[in-house]
Amino acid sequence: MKTTVWIGILSGGMLLLTAQFALSRDKEDSMTWNRLARGEAAPGVASVTNKLYEQECGACHFAYQPGLLPAQSWKKTLNNLSDHFGETVELEKGDLAALTEYLTKDSADLSGNKFAISGKIIRSLGDKEIPVRITEVPYIVRQHHELSARHIGKNPDVKSLSNCNACHTHAERGSFREGEVVIPKFDRWED
Amino acid sequence: MRLDKVTVIVIALLFTPLGGMAQAKPADDLLAKYREQGARNVSAKEGETLWGRRFKDPESGEERACSTCHNNDLHATGRHAKTGKPIDPMASSANPKRLTDSKFIEKWFSRNCRWTLGRECTPGEKSSFLLFIQSQ
Repeated sequence: MKTTVWIGILSGGMLLLTAQFALSRDKEDSMTWNRLARGEAAPGVASVTNKLYEQECGACHFAYQPGLLPAQSWKKTLNNLSDHFGETVELEKGDLAALTEYLTKDSADLSGNKFAISGKIIRSLGDKEIPVRITEVPYIVRQHHELSARHIGKNPDVKSLSNCNACHTHAERGSFREGEVVIPKFDRWED
Repeated sequence: MRLDKVTVIVIALLFTPLGGMAQAKPADDLLAKYREQGARNVSAKEGETLWGRRFKDPESGEERACSTCHNNDLHATGRHAKTGKPIDPMASSANPKRLTDSKFIEKWFSRNCRWTLGRECTPGEKSSFLLFIQSQ
């Protein structure tokens, strides 16, 4: 008798957890769908969904969401991995092809109508501009123009504007809202 | 509160996937492979010495060592020299995922030996590194 009760409690608990998880996912999804139905883009950028990208690229640096650059920029970077911002990157051939497919498919040009930041990035770029650095994108530059060296370059916990998640506390989820910004050694950022 | 046998088994089963992860086998397989490739006189002590040795990068002029990114203390979190991204501890005792995947180990030996020493590591050097990491 006792055993049955225990098993019941355990499996009940697990079911509850699963249901809660499913519900919270549903809520997020339905919010996105509502927005899409109204023709509005979701805030931020699409979050990273590719395991290979997280492993191969995210091992060394923040796994920048593909929606932060246009497809041509990703191609330029992936075709020049022997000089990847001063480092040599070697990938297996199949991996390079898979990463190229993922990054271009979810790039800013292709997700710009679904995600607000991707759209703003694309609109800020000239027709022939192919930036290799996200920090060169006019929209990104404009968003950070109030910050100075003591916030970023001379701040040992930030070091560079390329360390998105040093200050954007929800960057990994593709969310870069101002209210989520906390600059290390400074207070919460307010305009 | 008294837990009967079945309950204990149910609880134990819930945790089984975690149990299999801490095997040292991949590293032992690699040690055998490196020995076949000619690795001799290898030791954890030699690995420790190599770990802290500095190599000058001819291009940038900077000195590089394993410890530059991975720390001298293998139980501590490291930091990527350029991006500052945290690197999980190397010691299996602090990070059970270490030394569990031979493909992963070889990939990073290749990448990191080239960055640090400017060349591939020899089978002997790799063996000593593995023994040193295992000893931590």
